[in-house]
Amino acid sequence: MFDFQIVTTWFDNLLRQTLGLGDFWSILIECVMVGLIILTIYALIAMFMIFFERKVCAWFQCRLGPMRVGPWGVFQVLADVLKMLIKEIFGVDRSDKFLYALAPCLTIVASVGTFSFLPWNKGAQVLDFNVGVFMITAISSIGVLGVILSGWGSNNKYSVVSAMRGAVQMISYEMSLGLCMVIAVVLCGTMQLSGIVEAQTGPWKWLIIQGHIPAIVAFCIFLIAGNAEANRGPFDLAEAESELTAGYHTEYSGMGFGYFYLAEYLNLVVISGLAAAIFLGGWAPLNIGVDGFDAVMNYIPGFVWFIGKTLAVIWVLMWVRWTFPRLRIDHILILEWKYLMPLTLITLVVMTACVSLGLTF
Amino acid sequence: MASLAHIIIFTILAVVILGSAILSVMSKSIMRSVTFLLFVLFAIAGIYFMLGYTYLGAAQISVYAGGITVLYVFAIQLVSKRSLQGLTERIKLSRVLQGALLSLAGLVTVGVVLLKNQFIVKAVAGSIEEYDMSQVAQAIVGSDKYQYVLPFEFISVFLLACIIGGVLIARKEDKK
Repeated sequence: MFDFQIVTTWFDNLLRQTLGLGDFWSILIECVMVGLIILTIYALIAMFMIFFERKVCAWFQCRLGPMRVGPWGVFQVLADVLKMLIKEIFGVDRSDKFLYALAPCLTIVASVGTFSFLPWNKGAQVLDFNVGVFMITAISSIGVLGVILSGWGSNNKYSVVSAMRGAVQMISYEMSLGLCMVIAVVLCGTMQLSGIVEAQTGPWKWLIIQGHIPAIVAFCIFLIAGNAEANRGPFDLAEAESELTAGYHTEYSGMGFGYFYLAEYLNLVVISGLAAAIFLGGWAPLNIGVDGFDAVMNYIPGFVWFIGKTLAVIWVLMWVRWTFPRLRIDHILILEWKYLMPLTLITLVVMTACVSLGLTF
Repeated sequence: MASLAHIIIFTILAVVILGSAILSVMSKSIMRSVTFLLFVLFAIAGIYFMLGYTYLGAAQISVYAGGITVLYVFAIQLVSKRSLQGLTERIKLSRVLQGALLSLAGLVTVGVVLLKNQFIVKAVAGSIEEYDMSQVAQAIVGSDKYQYVLPFEFISVFLLACIIGGVLIARKEDKK
């Protein structure tokens, strides 16, 4: 199994021993490097996701999608990004300019913060606290503040109403999302994300197999709640232009809107990545207990497994988005509070019983 | 050298905390005050992370992100339109003086407590024992002597009562 720690240790030794820098400078340089790498990957993945969404959407609707710019339209995204960057940015009359500018930043902070927790490979994750899972829910709740502030800062009553809708939706679904992670924590016995993935290495050890029925139920609830948390269809009320005068980001243009757009796509990646890491084994390869097969699978590096699983989950979520009609806000809340949350609590009890009675694989 | 990094981070956090706290009290618009309060609370979470108390820091962020959201909603729903737009609020000198006096009293209290329990002397001498996280967690849910399962359960019952009360108040009366 390829361990990414080799690279980080080599770089650390390069700074400390070859260049003879002290603690302060080497840690500073490493922090800046890691920050740059994370932001670059963030931006690149956002571009990839926009293209992927357009193509998947087109396939589900039996059309071709962007085809003219470059082969299969791969350069269409560059044109989109350019358009987004050079759009005129204008303020709203008599709005609170400070809060108006702050809101997209809070949204992007929450998104980048949770993005940094993704375990890409063995030894390749930026943030890895011992309270990892709890920390992810904590940081993702900053996104709610961005939603409310953007609605308020826009000085537009439709935006305020929409912000309230968005906030109540996100707060509600955070509940199921957090409880699903607790179910995984019960099974793994650790909240550290690297520990959770580590517990899934070995033959038939992915949580969804290890925890059989309750884990599969939890995985499905996690996907539904994650879809709602990321404001994706069929829960994408913020996008409902014709019915609801769009959402809390109606009054934003240029990169202000771009930030919300980026955060939406990256939240999708984060949710899928977490689902892949927590329930599908993250970078852990598919092992079935036959030595030859396992050895071949172990040769495939961890990040390939992780990215492959994440893409599969993203594809499922896009399939859902382009298939189901949009829900109304009261239906969304009823779905969460009357069906999903009780179901999650029951699943948690069943999982705890299974673990304490030793009924897991 | 690591201590230099600590000092720099602490200075940044302290400036953010103090500056945002003053801005939060002096701001005329209630929405801005709440936002600056958010910065204060997050910077305090930053101090917890600096000290290595990741659990406390995560709890601080998650609790106060939710709490500030509720404050925003309260501000939007309960404060009159004129003061929401910052038309009626004025900063009076007497109010500022009162606030300064109160914060001075708070500072004196904290200072006296710190001097009285010899915390600084002990911290400099390095004789403060740190508790392991698992020890703390066991003490919270343990039922032995000096363990806290009873208050823990009592708080949960109390919170449940609060939730039920909130639901009762918010519930619309059934049409008969």
